[in-house]
Amino acid sequence: MGAPPIVAEEPSRAIQDAASPVIVFEDVSLAFDDKVVLDGISFQLERGETKAIFGVAGSGKSTILKLAMGLIRPDSGRVHVLGVDITNMNQKDLFALRRKIGMVFQESALFDSLTVRENVAFRLLEEGDVSEADIEKRVLEVLSFVELEKTIDMFPSELSGGMRRRVAIARAIINEPELLLYDSPTGGLDPVTSTTIVELIIKQRDVAKTSSLFVTHRLQDAFTMATYGFDRKTNHMQPLSPSARETVPMCFLLLRDGKIIFNGDAHELAQSKDEYIREYIS
Amino acid sequence: MERRASSPDMTGRNARLSITKQDFELTTGGFLLYFPQATLEMELKSPSEFAKEQVTAVQDYSVLAGRSIANLFSQPVYSGDIVQQADLIGVGSLPIVALSGLFTGVVLALNSANTLQRFGSLSLIAQLVSVGMVTELGPVLTGLMVAGRNASGMASELGSMVVTEQIDAMRALGTDPLKKLVTPRVVSTVFMLFFLTIISDLLGLFGGSVVSTLMLGLDAHQYWSSAWQVLAFRDVFTGLIKPLIFGFIIATVGCYYGMSARGGTQGVGRATTQAVVAASVSIVMVDAFVTKLLMAVFGNR
Ligand SMILES: Nc1ncnc2c1ncn2[C@@H]1O[C@H](COP(=O)(O)OP(=O)(O)OP(=O)(O)O)[C@@H](O)[C@H]1O
Ligand SMILES: [Mg+2]
Repeated sequence: MGAPPIVAEEPSRAIQDAASPVIVFEDVSLAFDDKVVLDGISFQLERGETKAIFGVAGSGKSTILKLAMGLIRPDSGRVHVLGVDITNMNQKDLFALRRKIGMVFQESALFDSLTVRENVAFRLLEEGDVSEADIEKRVLEVLSFVELEKTIDMFPSELSGGMRRRVAIARAIINEPELLLYDSPTGGLDPVTSTTIVELIIKQRDVAKTSSLFVTHRLQDAFTMATYGFDRKTNHMQPLSPSARETVPMCFLLLRDGKIIFNGDAHELAQSKDEYIREYIS
Repeated sequence: MERRASSPDMTGRNARLSITKQDFELTTGGFLLYFPQATLEMELKSPSEFAKEQVTAVQDYSVLAGRSIANLFSQPVYSGDIVQQADLIGVGSLPIVALSGLFTGVVLALNSANTLQRFGSLSLIAQLVSVGMVTELGPVLTGLMVAGRNASGMASELGSMVVTEQIDAMRALGTDPLKKLVTPRVVSTVFMLFFLTIISDLLGLFGGSVVSTLMLGLDAHQYWSSAWQVLAFRDVFTGLIKPLIFGFIIATVGCYYGMSARGGTQGVGRATTQAVVAASVSIVMVDAFVTKLLMAVFGNR
């Protein structure tokens, strides 16, 4: 693994906005045709925090991420991202805002007509003000971050599902976004590959201090995230001591029938008396 | 699709319908069980709802068509993509356009020779082929060929990108897919169709000349000079304005159906078919209107 390519945010920006939450959902509702998917959802994501979102299939997890990205608009309620209200934002401003956000789609959504290099560099190529040598350097950096330098000239169709996820992560982090949205990055993968991906996400959280929403089906992944920290010396994640766990900026959000039935940290989740939650986490 | 999805790049929400129907059919394996559900759905769609859907579709199409042009006037303009598409559309369509133009000219000459001979005015054949090719057959046939080849290509390419969330991913990466994908296709189709039509016209005339000289024994020099002389400004103008309009129709219709594809691979297939049908029918219909309009403008011959 190469040197961590992601430099921490410049302190000035971090301090300036340290207090304001990165994402705020205020009483957001959304229905597809007649089917109510989200019914008055409110939550906040604090800066530097990672929030794991759970729920059964079809409970609206991906929908929350798409709302936060402004890809769909709520029927009612408001969505604030990075301090601005995006509920009725026009397309042009949305495109500008999205450049500060990285998203890893559930099915990776790599551009299949482009090589891995072009996929990963997409953002920088679009922005146009980065020299080719710099782009190449950056692409190699993020690809080494996900340990896939060798695939640089391949097409997405030549990669396995797990490799595609990692390329998608590389594509999302290339311009050091302030906010990352991961949609089931470990879904349908074997435990070894899942662990690799969770480690990458922990690394991103602890090294770059990026705020993120992390959708997953696997509670285990989220617990790993809550109990492990990234060790820069060994370049691997290490279990944290119980006291250190308290400080991990990690919390959990559980969706059911369009409502949030749990929103809190790992400790509270373990203590919860709610039957559905108990069943879910057992 | 309803009000929320009124802009063509908003993700639509009709995906479930076709999938459930399909699942249902597969799991029950019974047409009888499947059929009542299908009819039920048909009945549920009231005429006013149907009308509303149509109006929304027209509105979405107009937004896409309008923006595809408006995008040209704001940064960034994707000239690389325009060139790439021009190569794909123009160079790729050249063989079919050339062949169809050539043989249309041949057939036109053969057919008119028959009639003209009866009236003893075989020498008019050059005029007939020339006006016929340049004002009508060249533009329309080239348009239909390119529609068959490229409207389907655009619809299936963009449609697959929609259903695999690549379009959403592009928007998430801060790039407007209308700008990056639709505008280059529209620009290069309009541009290339113009030249393809000219090539088709010329080859049609050449086909006519082959028939006239080799089979009917006319003088080649005379054929070309009368073919050239008969063309008035209005004919050339009509013949060259049409490909611009048809090119715009082909690309916007192809992209519209692609961008509004829903419901997995099946939906992409449907979008592709619909795109070709809609583009071809629109070309023929718009051709009639444009012809009539230009006649009104220039007056009758
Ligand atoms: N484009 C759409 N059109 C219609 N319905 C949709 C659309 N997108 C999502 N839905 C519906 O919204 C609900 C929530 O979908 P969503 O993708 O957010 O679920 P999810 O929690 O991400 O599920 P999974 O864990 O399977 O990924 C589903 O019932 C789905 O049927
Ligand atoms: Mg999902």
